[in-house]
Amino acid sequence: MTATSALASVNPATSDAREPAPAGRGPALQRGILRSPVYLALAIASVISILPFAWMVIASTHQTSDLFGTPLPMLPGGELWENLARLQESVNFSRVMFNSLAIAVVYTVFSSIVSIMCGYGLATYRFRGRGVLLGVVLVTMMIPMQVLLVPLFQMMASVGWIDTYQAVILPFLANAFGIFLMRQGFLDFPVSLIEAARIDGANELRTFYRIVLPVARPQIAALVIYTFISQWNAFIWPLLMLNTEDQYTVPVALNTMIGMSRVDYSGLMLGSLLATLPLMLLFLVFQKQFVSGLLGGAVKG
Amino acid sequence: MATTATAARAAAKPATRRRALGRRLQRPGAWFVLPAVALLIVFFTYPLLSSLWQSFFATSGGVSTWVGLEQYARLFKDPLVGKSLLNAGIILVIQVPLMIGLALGLAYLLNQSWLRFRSGFRLFTFLPAVTTLVAYAVVFRVMLATDGGAVNQLLAFVGVAPIDWLNNEWWARIALIGAITWRWTGYNMVIILAGLQSIPAELYEAARIDGAGRWQIFTKIVIPQLRPVLIFTTVTSTIGALQLFDENFILTEGGPNDATLTPVLYLYKVGFRQFDFGYASAIAWLLVVITAIIAIVQFRLMREKP
Repeated sequence: MTATSALASVNPATSDAREPAPAGRGPALQRGILRSPVYLALAIASVISILPFAWMVIASTHQTSDLFGTPLPMLPGGELWENLARLQESVNFSRVMFNSLAIAVVYTVFSSIVSIMCGYGLATYRFRGRGVLLGVVLVTMMIPMQVLLVPLFQMMASVGWIDTYQAVILPFLANAFGIFLMRQGFLDFPVSLIEAARIDGANELRTFYRIVLPVARPQIAALVIYTFISQWNAFIWPLLMLNTEDQYTVPVALNTMIGMSRVDYSGLMLGSLLATLPLMLLFLVFQKQFVSGLLGGAVKG
Repeated sequence: MATTATAARAAAKPATRRRALGRRLQRPGAWFVLPAVALLIVFFTYPLLSSLWQSFFATSGGVSTWVGLEQYARLFKDPLVGKSLLNAGIILVIQVPLMIGLALGLAYLLNQSWLRFRSGFRLFTFLPAVTTLVAYAVVFRVMLATDGGAVNQLLAFVGVAPIDWLNNEWWARIALIGAITWRWTGYNMVIILAGLQSIPAELYEAARIDGAGRWQIFTKIVIPQLRPVLIFTTVTSTIGALQLFDENFILTEGGPNDATLTPVLYLYKVGFRQFDFGYASAIAWLLVVITAIIAIVQFRLMREKP
């Protein structure tokens, strides 16, 4: 059973719940009474999960003063454009969104390529140092990245890359988690397919490109989404690297807005909403891949 | 394509693959891993060793001097290191069991076949995991404002006096714990749910035939079967709590009175506000050691038979 079906099965006809109901336990009414606390608990959990979202949407369409007034607004208001205009004026938010998107997309493309190639190499070939490399990848997953902050900061400063996209992107391109995810995925790959391609005269690169990649598409989709999310969420490293407003990513810009002398709360809520929107869209469109990507192979899909 | 793949998958055995590919194809494998190896050497191995090296130095006025283990000795004398570890410990001891318990409960309920609106409930409770980290911390900060914040207004509705969430040591910790629990419960719920779905239905049936009740099935079948998943989620959450940064940086900046200062936030302040790189490196290595211990414990637990 995969992690994806845990969430993504929307069809009520296919029962994806494994714990079967015990047969013939009393009349329906009695069952209903016993089960109502369960529905109540789930309803409360759902409301708690959704309320901050709802508030984020409502708050970003009202004036700041309304967010702390009594009674609180319960419905969206008409201040969305004003808030957007102020957000744009105070931190150049369109530029900030562009920075975040550009960095996340470029990072995702290159990091995924590195992970796919390395995972494939580790899973399929034998070569000197393969065991060592696999060990290094496993150790990298275990070591907190914060230990690298000081030396990486010095490195970027010494090459004059502070405040550039590449300083944010480059140091974490080799993502141990991604490599490991791909290696596990490719271990299951049918070797006879590779051998057949080889007998047909395809070279290694062509085999990889034409035979392996198309079959591995679901795992790659999960990897791509996982990589994008991790870069979109990245905070501490961009915070250290980016120090002019025009280079900020969304989390760094939100952090700056909090520190301003007069905090624009409704702008801040709108900024948070816009920061979450791309992940929401990804989630709604690619629910399955999103979940297995988010879990990052925690449960093998 | 798909059917070929399935048939081939069934036919292929790992051993055959190893033998067939072993001799001929030494070099292509090396080419495939080359980019990753180069990146790991430059951006992982080198900085890792560099930070270890720097932890033996003290820098003042741009001049570095070898001080041996003095930075590490400082760790033990520094009350803020103690406090940041204590804070992480408090968060960990309260938040991790709370969240895993909630996630387990939710997952268990959401795995019942009689449950209606199952996918709806799953979707809603998973939604917090889709938010951007800094963004949700910002939203909580705004909601937790003492004067007129949404949370205090909701509480006023049921007659609770305004709480000074972010300016009181314990309330700030509770706020932080609440925020993290909100963000990560659904995430862990989905992992546990996937674990629940891999328990064979026959196990439940057999237990039921033997006359086991709901509670007995839960404690004697579900929990032992979930053991690896529960260990995994607990260890991941523990490491997450230890490396907490985004949430407390945004919510409280480690305050009030350092009540929500965590090791990584302290590392950030020492390294990039005081620019004391030597000491920051020592803090970083303290973190490495603690994480390693947790990883070893996880490894042991995973191997042990229940």
